[in-house]
Amino acid sequence: MQNETRETRHMHIDIDHDLCVGAGQCALAAPSVFTQDDDGYSALLPGREDGGGDPMVREAARACPVSAITVSETGS
Amino acid sequence: MTDMTESHTVAFPQNRTCPYHPPTAYDPLRDARPLARITLYDGRPVWLVTGHALARTLLADPRLSSDRTRPGFPAPNARFAAVRNRKTALLGVDDPEHRVQRRMMVPSFTLRRAAELRPEIQRIVDERLDTMIARGAPAELVSAFALPVPSMVICALLGVPYADHDFFEEQSRRLLRGPTAADTMDARDRLEEYFAELIDRKQKQPEPGDGVLDELVHQQLRDGELDHEELIALAVILLVAGHETTANMISLGTYTLLQHPDRLAELRADPALLPDAVEELMRMLSIADGMLRVAVEDIETDGGTILAGDGVVFSTSVINRDEAVYPDPDALDWHRPTRHHVAFGFGIHQCLGQNLARAEMEIALRTLFDRLPNLRLAVPAEEIPFKPGDTIQGMLELPVTW
Repeated sequence: MQNETRETRHMHIDIDHDLCVGAGQCALAAPSVFTQDDDGYSALLPGREDGGGDPMVREAARACPVSAITVSETGS
Repeated sequence: MTDMTESHTVAFPQNRTCPYHPPTAYDPLRDARPLARITLYDGRPVWLVTGHALARTLLADPRLSSDRTRPGFPAPNARFAAVRNRKTALLGVDDPEHRVQRRMMVPSFTLRRAAELRPEIQRIVDERLDTMIARGAPAELVSAFALPVPSMVICALLGVPYADHDFFEEQSRRLLRGPTAADTMDARDRLEEYFAELIDRKQKQPEPGDGVLDELVHQQLRDGELDHEELIALAVILLVAGHETTANMISLGTYTLLQHPDRLAELRADPALLPDAVEELMRMLSIADGMLRVAVEDIETDGGTILAGDGVVFSTSVINRDEAVYPDPDALDWHRPTRHHVAFGFGIHQCLGQNLARAEMEIALRTLFDRLPNLRLAVPAEEIPFKPGDTIQGMLELPVTW
């Protein structure tokens, strides 16, 4: 059931690197999707560009202090 | 702009009555959300942001400046006013200058870096507790544990000799708490002289050390990304912000947990609750209570219109107890969704060291209560002195026994 849900929900996650201040709040909230690159800025983990069905993705976007993350759902 | 709240303006800041609750004198402000009027020490009326949603919006609004040299920038006390024209890195500058400084610092304060530092933090915590326990009960927890732990951690990270800690802990205290404006100015001078010498020594070292300052000296200074004066200002802010704040969270966090024995018992039984507990303590204690900005343009809000030149103060203790976001806000409860508090700030200036601070708080509190299952206050709670309202909040002393 859960796998099915994951496959049918497609998220598009956009990170605005001009806004990102490297606070790491996205990676703290949703570590299965977000990480910090070598410069400390927000990045998506390889293979998790669609959010991987993680319900914490929206929480990560809300935690961002500079609203650098936008999440849109594109359907299947 | 004025509104009805001006008729009962509250003076800000004020002393807390209980060290982990906002001053009771702020009660009228908690009923005046999202925006209220307050009066500063010099009689100047400014805005106080009290609503959680508005605080997040305004802290991220570039029309509010952090540049304390701008006309109209609010000063919470005479000490602050005395040094407001001194160059203050990171938290005292706006973009684009701020972005350049922050970009240099971010790689040293990532979640990964904080995780890598955990074994070193644990080693420091264990060593301080070994020493304290060997000396025997009672102990004064601020000087024996809460202050030395973050002080040693930030020294190791920055590449500052911990042997100099008596000097810089004393100057940090004078910088933040005076008591006089002359103390604050003198402390700032001494810290700048200290770092000028340290940076000079690092420049002459043939092999750079592995601290953040070594990296800044050998790369950014050499490449012209930073000038000497900026580097000194950065070093002062990193050192002071890096140990004073965390020290207060450890001392006040310990006190708060000891005053909530049922909660403490729950935490001891299930250490997996610790990250949420630290987050809830951050929300509840809101030790940096009074972030300051000045409006550079008019800003319409749902609480009134802030005009260009108006001073704006954010009371984190009041914002983090907004009932609309945190039901029963005065209760210590880590089962609530406790995230999204503004205790680390919000917007471009959100605390650079927050990931390191979380690691330090978790390790310090867990190990302290693990090692000393009978830890308790050594004197009645009401006899223990805590810091006045016009500085970072925390315990002045914490006599404990076990």
